[in-house]
Amino acid sequence: MSKTILAVLEQRENKLKKSAFEVLTVVAGLSKDLGLEAKAVVVGSEIENLNEISKYGVADVTHFKNAELGNYSSTAYGDAVTEFAKEIDAEYILFSDTALGKDLAPRVAVKLNAGCLIDCVGIKASNGSVVATRPIYAGKALMDLKPKSEIKVITLRPNVFKPIEVSGVNLNLITKDVASPDLSTKVTKIKKSEGKMDVAEADIIVSGGRGLKAPENFKLVEELADALGAAVGASRAVVDAGWRPHREQVGQTGKTVSPSLYIACGISGAIQHLAGMSSSKYIVAINKDKEAPIFGVADYGIAGDVFEILPELTKEIKKIKG
Amino acid sequence: MKIAVCVSHVPDTATKVKVGQDEKAIDPNGVTYIINPYDEFAVEEALKMKDKLGGDSEVIAISVGNDSSKESIRKALALGADKGILLKDENNRDSFGIAKALSEEIKSLGCELVFFGKQSVDYDNSITGQMAATMLGYSCVAVVVDLKIEGDKVIAEREIEGGKEVVEAKLPAVITAQKGLNEPRYASLKGIMAAKKKTIEEKPAAVSDNLTEVIKLKLPEPKKPGRILGTDSSAVPELVKLLREEAKVI
Repeated sequence: MSKTILAVLEQRENKLKKSAFEVLTVVAGLSKDLGLEAKAVVVGSEIENLNEISKYGVADVTHFKNAELGNYSSTAYGDAVTEFAKEIDAEYILFSDTALGKDLAPRVAVKLNAGCLIDCVGIKASNGSVVATRPIYAGKALMDLKPKSEIKVITLRPNVFKPIEVSGVNLNLITKDVASPDLSTKVTKIKKSEGKMDVAEADIIVSGGRGLKAPENFKLVEELADALGAAVGASRAVVDAGWRPHREQVGQTGKTVSPSLYIACGISGAIQHLAGMSSSKYIVAINKDKEAPIFGVADYGIAGDVFEILPELTKEIKKIKG
Repeated sequence: MKIAVCVSHVPDTATKVKVGQDEKAIDPNGVTYIINPYDEFAVEEALKMKDKLGGDSEVIAISVGNDSSKESIRKALALGADKGILLKDENNRDSFGIAKALSEEIKSLGCELVFFGKQSVDYDNSITGQMAATMLGYSCVAVVVDLKIEGDKVIAEREIEGGKEVVEAKLPAVITAQKGLNEPRYASLKGIMAAKKKTIEEKPAAVSDNLTEVIKLKLPEPKKPGRILGTDSSAVPELVKLLREEAKVI
């Protein structure tokens, strides 16, 4: 049996996440470059959209199934993925760098004595192995690195690798019932934040900073975000001031993000903030102070009053989305 | 109960990163080092747990690194940790190697509750705590914003995309701290003076080979200079047009 490359797919609420398709696309590509057989694994209860997997170029999928495994359990998921990786002689194991992936990948890596390449934004085959690129210092620098271990664990930053659909691959789904999963560590409940999209997963982010002057003025940011279908982000200053929850913080002690579009409103652009958002594809800055560092990374800027510009921008966006 | 808190000595977040001569690490010249910001939440939670658990509970701050890491251990001692341990290593270890050194020490100390910051702000791996837990055979809850201990159980809330997971796990356990878990205290003058008298034990870190190798460090491509479209709302239609037709992002 030839060695394999394994995509570990994440499901939430019984549905595969978009980031799972990103991992499949990378695994399908690397399997060709490295001459390895591509396989995928998912742990969960009932999963609605397993038939979508083969669209992304991987046919062989194993579903470890148990009614108790709908929610994440590091112990049970860890056991299933580790045992499966051993069984199929996996040389590479790829995860998405999500809350779940970041938790599961190092656990599997230790059990398999595998080196970890974490939060990669680039990965390519090179001389029969891989070279990965990952941001460090919240994106102030990039590091190229390679694994030195026999088995390699890799996590991919979500939203960076685009899923590519291919045709002509037929799904070969194997379901394995998990008899008595180790649930000694287990999620008992999920508390969703009220209807808000997460900055780490959003394709568009509208962020606000101290230039908004008061917490209630964030409604201008929220309205624009709603019009765009975007997530709301925040600078550290307004999070530390208690205006916004920490989960919205973008920057070195918050989240590092790379959306297609990042709109910074009333954010001057401290080095820690710039580190966390500079890799966004397009950046718009709206700030009164035309000398503010944020304009140094912005593609488009309006050096004016956020209170005047934001409502106008929201109106224009609504018109075209209308 | 013996409580360990693992701290990392890292460049201040205000650091402007320059690539060092060997192109494998940053140029440390002119860089100020601090205790990793997330580790401050870990230290605070360890101290709170010590107070709650009472008895002969103690908090031991542990770091892997060279002599300069003693500064961050000293900071933990000033905040109230009881003693410090420096696992000496002059080489750049990857997360696996750091987790190996820490887990060996934690095992020999017999700590039942172990705190980490959820990631260090230099290499941003955010996996060392999970790795150490797996090596120790301990439970692990990462990126924790709320923590309770009930009997031999840990009930923790951890941050996930768009919400929180409530996780139940058994002691012994490793917890990695996220901002929001608590409000870290400031070191008092008394604490700083007392820290000078507390001991920092030094011993060699357990041997471990790196499982990854740095090829090269580089700075991101500088962004092309952008355009200021105007100074008031009259620039809005042009902005929207550019976002649609040039950037094609809306």
